[in-house]
Amino acid sequence: MAFEPQTFRVTRADLVRYAGASGDFNPIHWSERFANSVGLPGVIAHGMFTMALVGRAVTAWAGAADAVVEFGVRFSRPVPVPDTDEGTEVVVSATVKGETEDGHTRLALTATCQGEKVLSMAQAVVRKR
Amino acid sequence: MPLDQSYVGRSYPPTEPYQVGREKIREFARAIGATDPEYLDPEAARALGYADVVAPPTFPIIFTMASSHQQIVEDPELGIDYSRVVHGDQRFAYRRPIVAGDALVCVNTVEEITSRSGHDFMTTRSDVSTEAGEPVVTVWAKLVQRGEE
Repeated sequence: MAFEPQTFRVTRADLVRYAGASGDFNPIHWSERFANSVGLPGVIAHGMFTMALVGRAVTAWAGAADAVVEFGVRFSRPVPVPDTDEGTEVVVSATVKGETEDGHTRLALTATCQGEKVLSMAQAVVRKR
Repeated sequence: MPLDQSYVGRSYPPTEPYQVGREKIREFARAIGATDPEYLDPEAARALGYADVVAPPTFPIIFTMASSHQQIVEDPELGIDYSRVVHGDQRFAYRRPIVAGDALVCVNTVEEITSRSGHDFMTTRSDVSTEAGEPVVTVWAKLVQRGEE
């Protein structure tokens, strides 16, 4: 089974909104000055924001909010978000990796930004519909 | 100094229940761009079999990150230097969906501490259940404390 890759636009405004909603106010996600001071090229997205976008794709493919049984990622590369109207894009894709002992479907997930993988070992287990 | 291995297996006291609010689920769903009606509209959620609006999969991070930060990362005896910490891995294992009206208790545990090439890796586990003890979700976070320059 093939899934249509999903593309998500990410702007600075999205990071500010996510910071407020999640309670994660680490300044590397909103202050260029602070991000530079700790050696980052600029403001980067919350890893959990990227994971939330992947979660949107997974629930859309699985067909229900509660169809996700397991969901895990490794944050392997930051997602820089420039201070422009366009921001950046994260592209999420998935392939079926087989079935679990419980008969659920195992998905291998990929998220890329500017052509680079930003997650590794990303997978989800979803209930069959 | 590497993190103290004797912390592995240590659990902290159950947290005060986190009250899952309808507006918080809506706010979080909107912040991640999740516009399906079961996240926003109680009637639509009930029509799909949920008791109220349902939380997106990563919603539990709100209270598991806050409580494990407060209990473990800020434990002065463990001595984590948060300015050197980055988020390594994150994993969720779901037992049942979270809906508005839930009151959820976290038990936070230090599951693993390892050191490699001057960096420390700590995996925390948050066992999330209702006040009555019904398991809801288990959440693992691996934090990486980078070696000092």
